[in-house]
Amino acid sequence: MRINVTVNGIAYERDVAENRTLLRFLREDLGLTGTKEGCGAGECGACTVFFNGKTVNSCMVLAVEANEGTIETIEGESSGGMLSTLQEAFDRHHAVQCGFCTAGMIMSARELIHHTPHPTVDQIQEGLEGNFCRCTGYEQIIEAVLDVTGGYTAKEELLHV
Amino acid sequence: MYENNDPSTLAYVGKSVLRKDTGEKLTGTATYVSDMVLPGMLYAQVKKSPHARARIVKVDTSKAKALAGVRAVLTGDDLDYRIGLYIVDKNILAKGEVRHYGEAVAAVAATSLEIARKAVDLINVEYEVMQPVLNHMDALKADAVLVHPDLGSYEFIEAAFTPVPKTNIANWTKLRKGDVEAGFNEAAYVVEREYDNPSVQHVPMETHVAIVRWGARDKVTIWSSAQSPFTVRNLFCHTFALPLGNVRVVVPAVGGGFGGKAGIHLEPLVACLSKQAGGLPVKLQASREEEFSLLPCRSALTYRIKTGVAQDGKIIAQKMEMFWDAGAYADYAVNVTRASGYSASGPYEIPNAWVDAYTVYTNKPYGTAYRGFGHVEFHWGIERHMELVARTIGMDPLEFRRRNALHPGSITLTGEKITSHTGDVVACMEAVARSIGYGKLTAAEKKRELASGRKIGKGIALLQKAPAMPSNTATAAVIKMNSDGSVTVNIGLTEIGQGSTTALAQIVAERLGFDIANVHVMVDKDTESDPYDWQTVASKGLIMSGNACILACEDLLRKGYAVASHVLKACVEDLAHDGENVYVRHDTENCIPWKSIAIGYAYPDGKGIGGPLIGVGSYIAQGLSNLDKQTGQGKPALDWTFGAHGIICEVDPVTGEYVVRKVASAFDVGKVVNPALLRGQIVGGMIQGLGTATCEGYIYDDAGHLLNPSFTDNKIPTARDLPMEIETIVVENSQIDGPYGARGVAEHPMISVAPALGNAIQSAVDADLAHMPIRFEDVWRAMHDNHPIDNWITKTPAGSCRSDPAARIHTPDSAISP
Repeated sequence: MRINVTVNGIAYERDVAENRTLLRFLREDLGLTGTKEGCGAGECGACTVFFNGKTVNSCMVLAVEANEGTIETIEGESSGGMLSTLQEAFDRHHAVQCGFCTAGMIMSARELIHHTPHPTVDQIQEGLEGNFCRCTGYEQIIEAVLDVTGGYTAKEELLHV
Repeated sequence: MYENNDPSTLAYVGKSVLRKDTGEKLTGTATYVSDMVLPGMLYAQVKKSPHARARIVKVDTSKAKALAGVRAVLTGDDLDYRIGLYIVDKNILAKGEVRHYGEAVAAVAATSLEIARKAVDLINVEYEVMQPVLNHMDALKADAVLVHPDLGSYEFIEAAFTPVPKTNIANWTKLRKGDVEAGFNEAAYVVEREYDNPSVQHVPMETHVAIVRWGARDKVTIWSSAQSPFTVRNLFCHTFALPLGNVRVVVPAVGGGFGGKAGIHLEPLVACLSKQAGGLPVKLQASREEEFSLLPCRSALTYRIKTGVAQDGKIIAQKMEMFWDAGAYADYAVNVTRASGYSASGPYEIPNAWVDAYTVYTNKPYGTAYRGFGHVEFHWGIERHMELVARTIGMDPLEFRRRNALHPGSITLTGEKITSHTGDVVACMEAVARSIGYGKLTAAEKKRELASGRKIGKGIALLQKAPAMPSNTATAAVIKMNSDGSVTVNIGLTEIGQGSTTALAQIVAERLGFDIANVHVMVDKDTESDPYDWQTVASKGLIMSGNACILACEDLLRKGYAVASHVLKACVEDLAHDGENVYVRHDTENCIPWKSIAIGYAYPDGKGIGGPLIGVGSYIAQGLSNLDKQTGQGKPALDWTFGAHGIICEVDPVTGEYVVRKVASAFDVGKVVNPALLRGQIVGGMIQGLGTATCEGYIYDDAGHLLNPSFTDNKIPTARDLPMEIETIVVENSQIDGPYGARGVAEHPMISVAPALGNAIQSAVDADLAHMPIRFEDVWRAMHDNHPIDNWITKTPAGSCRSDPAARIHTPDSAISP
């Protein structure tokens, strides 16, 4: 089936198989490999992208469903080589380790901030609950989100005794 | 390598320098093997066994071979190569018999993933199903089915391992210190119990993936999401009898490892498919389900401990028996057994000790290295047991630990003497005890108990671990100066998320006195261009590669000074440098910029001198020895890192549901290199440890089918599962041979989280727990009959171990009305 879809502001027209997922369409047909597959079953959130302004697990959406739709991915988060404020906060707070969950995490954080500009820690935890991270233990990710939403109070990284 | 540096003189070591690899990772441009596509690349899929143990009667691949787009089809009969890290016991594809659910029986490579999947479906395998041996304790019985009847004929590393032919024992590690029976006779109390835990999955977010191209003249290139490119190369060449120079292993960004990507996994199978397909590159990426059963897990453990204690609470004797469930293949499990055997007592001095540690074959997915290398599992036993012993003799558990903990002058199980530079486990314990207000409840906590009806408990557990590695483990660093005066650092250590790239850049910038912006540590690894490193495992990266980097810096400076001394007409002894120039100490204006000598200096008349400046540093573990196979005595430990966790939890005394309110973690890290990176390691490891402690584990039915190979049925912690409060604490007793005094701490945060939680729950509701993970129903049962259940092999799926999600929501004090 032929679909028209706008990804990160660029219009694409492509033939896709009806059973092609949006995830594989983005990664394999468009070469946008920043979005990752962690489980292929809608559980881990690594493949989170924006579809018509809302986040979805792109492994659970068919590419044909995105016809005439608008998609935003991690590749659209920075512009002109400059990181977004959210990406800068992730960097500042060491919210990245292996980096495999990062794209999905940034997408979910952005949606959370869009709906809840000044989230509490509980609201951030709820907003990111669908994105697994096996490296960081989430704390520095939560701090990064607090930092861009004005809720962060600086503290020492470690207590020395 | 340690110099007694005044911290105020250090520019980078000890500072929260930002990560060097985030530009790519934050923008989605970091390349993982998952993302790679090569010209002409084929896609592989695997036909897997649906049975735990069965004879392969017939494999019919005719329909698969006839499918358009299929380029290679392989079965076990086509291949005659065996692989194995320590015991060479595994066929690349099962031959004659399958030994675990999910084992690879056949494989295909095709022009698309869809065709490969279809081809695998078209392969028909006829099995004669046989009775499996599933429980590792059953596998020890005299009449048990043998998983490997030919164990006696397998090649293995004799210096370290002892398989027992005609049994299911893949390895038997022994340790004997003093006279344990005499110790028990002398003891005022003898306390004995058994502790256990199931297999678990590492869950790197990027599943295992490899691309292999078997080119002409047997030149093989492997791109792999692997922790240890040089080990992949060595084992690959051993299996296929190829010279090392024929095989190149490339490791770009890696989406997490945690030990599961330490050895060799998919690479040999993918290589055989590429060879069969005429040398086209072939890619195989495990599905999440395959990650649970085709690829290895962490071994289950049953740990029996018998402790003899004197009237004053000093441990006199301890007998420790470990039964490790290897699953179907030995892989790393035999070495987990060995490393756990010599560390089995935890950080305590045991004058008379006896350890028998067995690795037991069963018909289940096989075990491998996992963050902690056995120490997460056996610390569950040892630290629950210390609690039990203390309670039995009527002593406060903290005081009991204080009396028995290792201190300078103590002799470890293997005969090593602890010094003041080894680290201070008691300081870690006291720090977490203070942090959680151990031993009493605050007024606010008492009020909370009254208002909520839940009981608040506080528990502590200690930990220790040294790198488990060969006594002659080695690494190297090469530092090349670029013509702008910056440096590029090549090391074989992989960046799997732990942050070594950044920490080593700090060490290089510190030692060279250069701006860290001018220090580039390469993330991608390539066995053809990077210097050798044994493996990225064991928490040895910082200490060993850090030392190699320091030596390489010194070599680079020496070579730079040699050129500068000619140019400046000064003795080398009179030279000094900063980030920009080499200069004469007493005549600082007589200087030469680094960039002018970086690739060789040209005199004004055009004559050249020097050449590209390249510093080389090689480092090998020193003073270690193989352990005596009968007594376990020797020196296995490069460095010991000690630590402790303290946990406050809140338990419903009726239902057994609980919430973790606070975790305090302390480690004697020697010297903090990067506080923010270290906190990321501590919190990340602690949360991974909470996963192991609260809910993760493999569940099988009684035919050996894995029932929960997915995130639906095998939960891992999410952002919602964080304790309400986390405190990370460091103690800094310098490691004398560590870079700037630092020692490794990558695995340690995961160890002993579970027993700290178990001890906290016991202090809250007196539930005496011996089984990990601690599911709510385990607490309930322990409160009622003190008899933990084992339903990890079950006729009916036990399902998720978490119950009411509402119980996990953090209710602030203010929300509970008095």
